[in-house]
Amino acid sequence: MTATQATKVMDLSTAIATHVEDGMTVALEGFGHLIPFAAAHEIIRQGRRDLTVCRMTPDIMYDQLIGAGCVSKLVASFFASGSAGSLHEVRRRVERADPEPLEIEEYSHYGMLCRYEAGAANLPFFPLRSYAGSDLPKLNPNIRKVEDPFGGPDIYVVPPLKPDVTIVHAQRADRLGNVQMWGITGAQQEAAYAGKRVIATVEEIVDEHVVRSDPNRTLLPAHAVDAVVEVAGGAHPSYTHDHYVRDNDFYREWEPISKDREAVLAWLDAWVHGLPDRAAYLAKLGHERWSALGAGTSTGATGATDLEAATA
Amino acid sequence: MNHADVAPNSTEFLATVAARQLAGKRRVFAGVGLPTLAVDLAMRTVNPSVELVYESGICGAHPDGLAEGIADSVLVTGAEAVLSMHALFGYVLQGGNVDVGFLGAAQVDRWGSLNTTLIGDWAKPTVRLPGAGGAAEIVPNAGECIVVLRRHDPGALPAKLDFCTSPSPVRAREEDPRMEPPGHGVSTVITPLAVLRRPDKFGELEVSEVHPGVTVDQVRAATGWDIAIADDVCVTEPPTVEDVRLLRDEIDTVRLYLR
Repeated sequence: MTATQATKVMDLSTAIATHVEDGMTVALEGFGHLIPFAAAHEIIRQGRRDLTVCRMTPDIMYDQLIGAGCVSKLVASFFASGSAGSLHEVRRRVERADPEPLEIEEYSHYGMLCRYEAGAANLPFFPLRSYAGSDLPKLNPNIRKVEDPFGGPDIYVVPPLKPDVTIVHAQRADRLGNVQMWGITGAQQEAAYAGKRVIATVEEIVDEHVVRSDPNRTLLPAHAVDAVVEVAGGAHPSYTHDHYVRDNDFYREWEPISKDREAVLAWLDAWVHGLPDRAAYLAKLGHERWSALGAGTSTGATGATDLEAATA
Repeated sequence: MNHADVAPNSTEFLATVAARQLAGKRRVFAGVGLPTLAVDLAMRTVNPSVELVYESGICGAHPDGLAEGIADSVLVTGAEAVLSMHALFGYVLQGGNVDVGFLGAAQVDRWGSLNTTLIGDWAKPTVRLPGAGGAAEIVPNAGECIVVLRRHDPGALPAKLDFCTSPSPVRAREEDPRMEPPGHGVSTVITPLAVLRRPDKFGELEVSEVHPGVTVDQVRAATGWDIAIADDVCVTEPPTVEDVRLLRDEIDTVRLYLR
C-alpha cells in the first residue's frame, strides 16, 4: 500500500452516526453466523427511528431492533430464531398491532437472495423458478411474472433491493477496508454490493500482509466498504467461526423475554441503553461465560493464527 | 425384529419413520429440528452415504454433534463444502441437484401444498408463522419432498389451506400448465397417526401406512378431506430398540429435540 491510501477504520458510534439516518432502508445480514448484533445495538442506542430493515432471517437481533422502536417496516423471508422459536415482538405487532403495526414485505429465501443479487449487479429484476401456484405473489405485489423473451414459460421475477446501508460482521479486515470472512457467508457479499454504503464490523483489524497472504477470503474488497470497525465479540450471541461459538443458552433465554414486552424493554435497558459499547457488554456477560464460548482461547482464532504462522 | 416401546406420536417414532424414507437417496436438503434427528439416524442405519445439504450453504455435512440450527458451527467443521447461499439455492437446488427435501409445515392439503405463512385472515392473522424460508424453493425444485407433521387433525390437514406458501405441482399447473415444476412435490407426509403418500405427481395423498394401534377410520376422521386409502395399506414398522438407543444415547444426548 501507499501512504496516500486512506484508512476506513472508525469507531462504531461514529460509523452508525455517520451512515445510518432515520427513515433509511438498512440491511443487516449474516445467516445464523456473523450476525452484526453490536451494530444493531448501537443503532438502538442512538435512537434511530422509522427504519425499513431487510434481512433474510429476522431473528433475535431484529426482535430487539423492533422492540426498541427503531423499525417501521420489515423486508424478510423467514421470521423465527431457529431452534429458539418464535419472535414474539414481531408476532405481537403483526397479530395484534401491539404496540403498533409493523409493515411486512415478504419473500422466500431465494427471492431475497435474488433481490440482493439484482441490486448488486444493477439489474432491473432477477428471475427464479419459485412462486408458480403460490399465494405469495398475491400477498406481495413486488413478486411479478414476466414473459420469457426466448420462448420458455413465464417466470416470476423480483425487484432489486438497494439498501441505503448494509451492515455485516466478519472475522477480519485490513485498515483499507478489505474484509475477509469464512465459514457460512450467507448473503453478505450480495447485500454489501447492493448497499449504497457499507459498514463492516470485524473481530480484528489485521495488517495488510495477512489479507494479501490469502486473498480468496476477501469477500468484500475495500472499494465496496465505507467503514471498518473493530468490534471483538460483535456477533454474540451468534458466532464467529474460528473465534467463538454460538451462545445457544442465550437463544433459549430469549424466548421467555420475547414473550413479554416489558421484559424486552428491561433487557434493552440493561444490555443496550445502560452500556456504552460492546466491551462493556462482554464485561457484563462475564469472563466465565464468554471464555466458555471459546473466546480468547487457543481454539478461538485458530484459522488466523495458523495462517499467520504459515505465512510468516 | 426387536421393537421399542415408543408411542407413535413420539419424536423417536416420527424421526425413525422419517429416517427410513431416506434409504437409497443420495442428496438430502434438511431443515432443523426433527429432520436433523432423522438424517443423523439415517446416516447411522439405512443410508451411511447420504449427502446432507443445508440452506446455509453447506454440502456434505459431517457434524460431530447435534446441530442447533442450519447454520450451526458443527455443520461447518468437517463439511465437504461451504458455498454461498446464492450458489446453494441457485446451482445446487434450482440446478436440480437435490433428491429429497425434508420439511415441516403448519398445514398440508391433499396435493401436498404447504402453508408456513399464517393461520386465519391474511390481513389480521390469528397466528403469524415463520414464513416461506427456503420451502418455496425446495418444493418445486427438489426431486421429492418429505414432510413431518406433529399433529394429525383437520386443522393441520385441511380441505383448504389458509395460505399456500409452497405449492404442489397441481397448483403450479393450474396457474399455467407451462410452469410445471421439475420436482414431484410432496411424496410423503409422516404424522402421529399414519404415513401418507402421493405416488402420482398430480395426484392426491393417500393413506399408505397406519401406525400400530391406529385404524384407517381414525385417520380418515382426523383428515380434513375424504382421503383415499391405498390398496396395499399396511401397519407402520415401529422403531427398533437400536433406533431409539441411537437417538437417545448417541444423537440427541442433550435432549434438544427429544423430550
